This record gives sequence, structure tokens and C-alpha cells, in this order.
Amino acid sequence: MLFGMGILRGLGVTLKNFFASYYKKPEEGGLFTVEYPEKRLPVKERFRNFPFLVYDTTPENMRCVACDICAKECPPKCIYIVRDNDEAGRPLKKPAIFDIDFTVCMNCGICEEVCPFDAIYMDHEFEIADANRLDALLYNLPDLLKPNDYFQKIRPNDAAQVDARRLEAEEKKKAAVAAVKTQAAAKDIKPE
Amino acid sequence: MSISIEHVKTFLEKELPGISLKKVRESLLLQNPADLPSAARALKDSSVFKLDFLSSITGADYLDYLEAVYHFYSMQNKTGAVTLRVRVKRGSPNIPTLVPVYRGAEFQEREAYDMYGIVFEGHPDLRRIFMWDGFEGFPLRKDYEQEDSETLEIADVQWLEKRSVQIPAEMKQKAEELHRDGKRAIARQPTDKNTP
Amino acid sequence: MEKTLQSGDFKEKSFVLRGERDVDTQTLEINVGPQHPSTHGAFRMNILLDGETVVRLKPVMGYLHRNHEQIAENMSYAATMPYTDRLDYFSSMSNNFGYAMCVEKLASIEVPERAEYIRVIMAELTRLVNHVSLIGFLLNDLGAFFTPVVYAFREREKILDIFEEVSGSRMMCNYLRFGGVKTDIGANTLEGIKKIVRAFPAFLEEFETLLTKNEILCMRCQNIGILRPELAVNASITGPMLRASGVNYDLRKVDKYSVYDRFSFKIPLGSRGDVYDRYFVRILEMHESVKILEQALKDIPQGDIINRKMAPFVKAPRNFKPAVGEAYARVEAPKGELGYYIVSDGTAQPWRYHVRAPSLINLTILEDMCLGQKLADAIVILGSVDIVLGEVDH
Repeated sequence: MLFGMGILRGLGVTLKNFFASYYKKPEEGGLFTVEYPEKRLPVKERFRNFPFLVYDTTPENMRCVACDICAKECPPKCIYIVRDNDEAGRPLKKPAIFDIDFTVCMNCGICEEVCPFDAIYMDHEFEIADANRLDALLYNLPDLLKPNDYFQKIRPNDAAQVDARRLEAEEKKKAAVAAVKTQAAAKDIKPE
Repeated sequence: MSISIEHVKTFLEKELPGISLKKVRESLLLQNPADLPSAARALKDSSVFKLDFLSSITGADYLDYLEAVYHFYSMQNKTGAVTLRVRVKRGSPNIPTLVPVYRGAEFQEREAYDMYGIVFEGHPDLRRIFMWDGFEGFPLRKDYEQEDSETLEIADVQWLEKRSVQIPAEMKQKAEELHRDGKRAIARQPTDKNTP
Repeated sequence: MEKTLQSGDFKEKSFVLRGERDVDTQTLEINVGPQHPSTHGAFRMNILLDGETVVRLKPVMGYLHRNHEQIAENMSYAATMPYTDRLDYFSSMSNNFGYAMCVEKLASIEVPERAEYIRVIMAELTRLVNHVSLIGFLLNDLGAFFTPVVYAFREREKILDIFEEVSGSRMMCNYLRFGGVKTDIGANTLEGIKKIVRAFPAFLEEFETLLTKNEILCMRCQNIGILRPELAVNASITGPMLRASGVNYDLRKVDKYSVYDRFSFKIPLGSRGDVYDRYFVRILEMHESVKILEQALKDIPQGDIINRKMAPFVKAPRNFKPAVGEAYARVEAPKGELGYYIVSDGTAQPWRYHVRAPSLINLTILEDMCLGQKLADAIVILGSVDIVLGEVDH
């Protein structure tokens, strides 16, 4: 074999790819660069970036009850929750302060896994860069709340599953309440 | 295939009379750390075991004593783990080195020294591997107290003032107080492990 | 050309080449790194040079030490899983695999079959990603600036898209759980993996045509950094570096962990233990990984993806308290033997957690391999050792 044939064959490969990039489709060896920011690649459904809180119809109906489980399980401890009190000082089932420090959050998704109330989920937003570290990247409660429609838009399959589960739980609760009522009504009739 | 620890115990007691071993939870504890190189060499040279692969050396801190755990495997026979342990007291944590027997022990013993302060006698180059030279303390020990990175000490104050940096009065006063009491700036330890 | 120098048959003074004995020379001590494009991260080599020949080499590491072991001592077991992703940040699925296996050994948890097959598929995809990237970076060190890397990354991107579909993140997957995996693979994703596996052999052919018989690669990589098998075994080297020296030791065949004993694949071995053998062993290992993937994708059963007894602990990780004891488990990560040693004291946090990082231990004989070679060869040898600083410094 001629000395240099290996290099020439390699150069042949690059030449073939060079010409193929003009007429081949991206999946088969053509140009596959997506010119960001004019065009964007769609992210996959399960893509997890930073968290957000879900509310059902209005921001007052948020699902979060300030149970503090996500703050305790968060590995880098980036969530800070303070429970709300009503006028008499009794605790309410809502957070007054819910801060997530996005400079600390490592996008692991554990808060989403452990939440028992389907309140916190991972968002798809990644274009949140800013010049100020603590002003812009410390998200408070109003920044984190997003509606259920948004959740259904970005993650249709997961949102459908969550909605079905919540609907089922509601139906069960209604049925249980109705059963108790009929039982109580039956008891009222009996001693009569 | 795994090797039964009883088999290893009887072999070592026959090979090295006078060695005192104790079975701890599927591993052998060598009561006298000085036996370690001869035991390792006996296991390596024996035709039954041929333990020629030292997989890992781990240091551990059990409050009363420091421990080093060795995992041996055999590449020729492709057999399973033999675990040896050595325990030393905090005041004199000296263990003879395994580097003459296994070259692979070099960096792992340096890591155990860096993190726990276990001194391996006879190691060719025992110095810190992860922490910078001149670091004081042994980080992974259970009683290690971390410096508070937001409080200045008197040495920091002097270094900064020499380079004409203005220091607020309270920080300087705190540094002088600490120096007067002979204390270091220690970080506050959280009482509950799960609170931020 | 001087004769090939074997490690161990020289002393410090005899490096001076014959013609230059009349010239009065000094040795020069330089630092390669820690900021250097070819050291694969923040890694320093303290080299004493006699002209261009390496006389002494001391690796200095610790620039990326993040105290992973102490962090894990303060976290519940499940919360350490995202941290293990960041050890060898190119192959996060393998790191998760080792950690999950260790905790399962500690607490005697069984894994259902479908989850085992999914784990093997992810581990082998990770091996493809790692080897192909490494060959790209090795060629970077040789001077073929970024052409092989781009070819490699074209395939890597397809596999990273699969990881994103399955686990949510391209590199820091956090996908495995104790007793199984986090979420199931849908039929679409399986089709996607099958497509990649079908197209991979053609890519490997193109890659080999580009590289394997390239004269520049051969001249610069053959007979450089030879590692004898006895020294390799004594220095606890594992992974493709060991197999390139001719020692047949692959944890997938020796320990037969997970369901690897159901697949038929061969172990490629090298003959001389030089840089070229390490490169070629990795190419052959990729062929074998493709075989394992084909078999796994054909036979994957339906079923549970997580052990039913462990499913409640996913919602409440702090209740997971394994019994008092210890365990040492190891997996064949793409870089070598990745071992985890956990001691549990019965509480929700481990008492001692240690990672046996293959990259750190493979660096033990870097000095031996580089002595007597030129400085440029030392860079190539470091590239062939395949280190990732996240793992070296944990």
C-alpha cells in the first residue's frame, strides 16, 4: 500500500461529507445545524429545567399548601417556604413566602417527585439569563405561579395523567361524602 | 464467585502465625496494623487466592477510632472480594503502607491521608491530594469544624490592610476579639440536618 | 529515531541523547495546566523536562474537588443521586447505575426485569457516547482539531436526545432509582433507540475509514506510552486501558451483575498496550456494545419498572433507612471500574460514602508511561488514559 493512502481515504470521507451536506437531508448527513436564535429546536416533553408552581383557575387557588416537603428534600436546599397566617394568627394552607434561588437549583426534579399535592413541576424555560445574579434569579411566589393551562400546553401527557388522577380523587371524595350523608339520613329516619 | 472469609482467616493464621484476626461483618479485622503488608503479600503470592488486584482503599471515621478498609480481588481467578480492615486511634493514626506490594495504593492512601489524617508509614510521597498544600485539618473527620467564610480573622485583616483595603470597623473588632480569646472563626453548625 | 523506551529500564541521567552530551544543558520544570485545552479539565502536570524529553512527571489534582463524599453524608440516600450524575459528567447513567446497585446491595432490594433491561440499554448507550467522544478528544490532542469530534458529536447528539426524552435532561440524567428506574420508556423512544443502533455500524465504518489507518495517527500513537500487563494489574488499572494491555478483565463478564449474563458479546483485548491499542480497543468495544443493544432491544420484557416495595419511598425519601451494614458494589463504567462503598448506621443518612473513581486510579502510572517520551507524547498519553476531572476529584 502506498504510504499516505490512509490519509487520502480519510480526506475522501471528509470530501464526501462536504458535498453531501449540500443535498442530503439533516438526518442522513446533511447540514443539521439549527440556527439559534432565529430557529429553535423544540424541547422534549419531559425536559426539566427550573420549577414552577401550578394554580387551577386563579392564582388564589394554588395547589401548594406550604407543607415544606419539597424544601426539605431539595438536595442543594434552594427552596425557602414560610407559611401564611390569617388575621387571628392561625396558620393557613398557603405559602406567604415561596422563594427558589435559581442560581443554586440544579434541575434534579426531586421537588416534583416528592410533592404530594401536584403543586410543583419542572418548567421548560431556559432563556432566563440576566445580568444581575440575585435580583433576577431569585424567584418569588408571583413569578413562580403559572396556570394549569400552561402546564397542559408544555407537558400534555403528564398534565393529562395528573388531571385524571385529581378528578378520580375528587369523585371518590364526593362519593364518600354522599355515602356518609345517606348513612346519616338513614340513621335519622330509624329512631323515628 | 466469592471467597468465604473463613477460608481466608484459616489461611492467614496458618501462613503468618501470631497474627490476630477477627471476623467483622464479612470482613477481616487485623488487630495489629503492622501485620497488614505481610498479610497482603501472603494473599497476593498464594496460589490459592492470587489476590493481585487492590480495588479500593477507604478511610472511615467511627468516632472512637479511624478505620481503613481494603478490598482485594483476583484478576487471574476472577474471584470475588476479600475485605480487610485496620483500626487505629486518632492520637497515633499510623498504618504501614501497601505501596511496595500494590502500586495502585499510592493515590488512594494519599486520599485517606488528606481526608482523615491517617499516616501511612513508608509511603513514597505522602502529601495532600485534593486540598491545597498548607491546608490545616482533615475534612472528612466527624469532628472537623469548617471555617466561617464570612468572618475575618486577624491574619486576614493584616493581609488586607497591607494591600490598602478598607475594612468595616465591626469586622475588624470581631477579628480582634477572636484573636484575644484565642478562637478560630468557626461556621455555625445547623442543629437539624434538614433545615437550610 | 531512538529505540522504544519501556517503562522501568532507564535512570534519570541517561535521557540525554547521544549527540548532545557535549552541550551543557539544564532541566526545565514546567506546569502543564491547570488551564490548558488538552488536559481534559482543570488538571496540572508538573513536568521536569530535559530538552523535550520528560524526566519526571507529577500529576496535581484537586482543582475540582467538590467534597461529594461529605455532601452525601448529610443527605438522604435518594438525594445523592443527582450528585452522582456530576461525578463523571459524560456518563451519568453509569454513575447512577453504580450507586443504585450499591444501595440495593446494602438493603437487599430486588430489581424487576424490565428495569434491568432498561438499565443495561442506558449503560450501553452511555458507553457509546463516552468512547466516541473520547476518540474525538484524543484526536484533538493529536492536532486533528475538531474534525473527528464533530463526526463523533453528530452521533452523540442523537443519543443525548434519547436521554432527554427518557429522563428529562441530556447529561445530568438522575434517572435510576433504588429498585428500578424513574419513568418508563415509551414505544416511540424504543423505536428511536432501534434507529440509532441500526445506523451506528455504518457510522463506525466511516469513522474507522477516517482514522484507523491514518498514517499520522499510526506514527504518533504506536509504540507510545506502552504499559505492561503486570504493571497494569499491580497499579489497579481497570477499564479499556487494562484491556489494551492484554489483561482479560471486564466486570460485565466477571461479576455478571444486572442481566449482562444473558447477552453474548466478546471482550476485545490489545496486544502491546500503547496508545493506538487503547484507541482501537475502544472502537471494538463500541461494536460489542451495539451487539448488546441489539439483543437487549429485542428481548426487553413488559412489566414493572420499579420494585413495588420501593415505590412509596420515591415520595418520602427520608423514610428510607437501610439496615446497619456496609456494601461495596462496582460497575463497568466506560472509563473503568467505578466502585461505591457505603456504610449505613440505620439512619436516613449514610455514615460513610466513598467513590472509587477509575480516572483517579488510572493516573497512578501516568508518570511511568510518560518517562522518556517527548512532551507532545505525554499529552497524547494523558488523552488516552481518559480522565474526567469530575471523577478524579469527586
